[in-house]
Amino acid sequence: MVKSELIMRLAELNPHLYQRDIERIVSTVFEEISQALARGDRVELRGFGAFSVKRRAARVARNPRTGAAVNVAEKHVPFFKTGKELRLSLNQGSKQ
Amino acid sequence: MAGSTVTRAQLSEAVYQEVGLSRNESADLVESVLREISNSLVKGESVKISSFGSFYVREKGQRIGRNPKTGEEVPILPRRVLVFRPSHVLKDRINNTLSGRPNEAGHD
Repeated sequence: MVKSELIMRLAELNPHLYQRDIERIVSTVFEEISQALARGDRVELRGFGAFSVKRRAARVARNPRTGAAVNVAEKHVPFFKTGKELRLSLNQGSKQ
Repeated sequence: MAGSTVTRAQLSEAVYQEVGLSRNESADLVESVLREISNSLVKGESVKISSFGSFYVREKGQRIGRNPKTGEEVPILPRRVLVFRPSHVLKDRINNTLSGRPNEAGHD
């Protein structure tokens, strides 16, 4: 499913809303999460999961082709941990 | 790192400010966005949100684990795990503000 399909599905479930509004709702949700992460905040959505930012320290890496040492600057990467409820429902039905 | 946590309440508030719906309905819609994403994932379908990232389900095979306390071997059953791959746009945004530089050396 891509974003446009998500919007279509929500539009079917909410026939009283304009598709344009649904688009804005979906964009706002992801925009708010992105902004929070860009501030270094955590986003916790119980049952779904939590987004956070992890710091990766600067390190010296090697170019695997030439073996030359390269300095890699410190960076921050977004991280998602699946919520308990979603983790359980992913495994329901089939195994366990 | 900055310490505050954003929850459904802030997402609903942002939706409320952005679209002319009631607070209640805004909260319901945030919830249905999350629910529809979850439903797709539970069906095994991946979910791709451009300029944010993609969520996909990975099947993991059975392996032997060990209880770290007792050293006892226990089988870990096959299971499905959810993986989030952030998009470059999101990674760059985060690095621009937090590390003061765009994310170099990224692959897709």
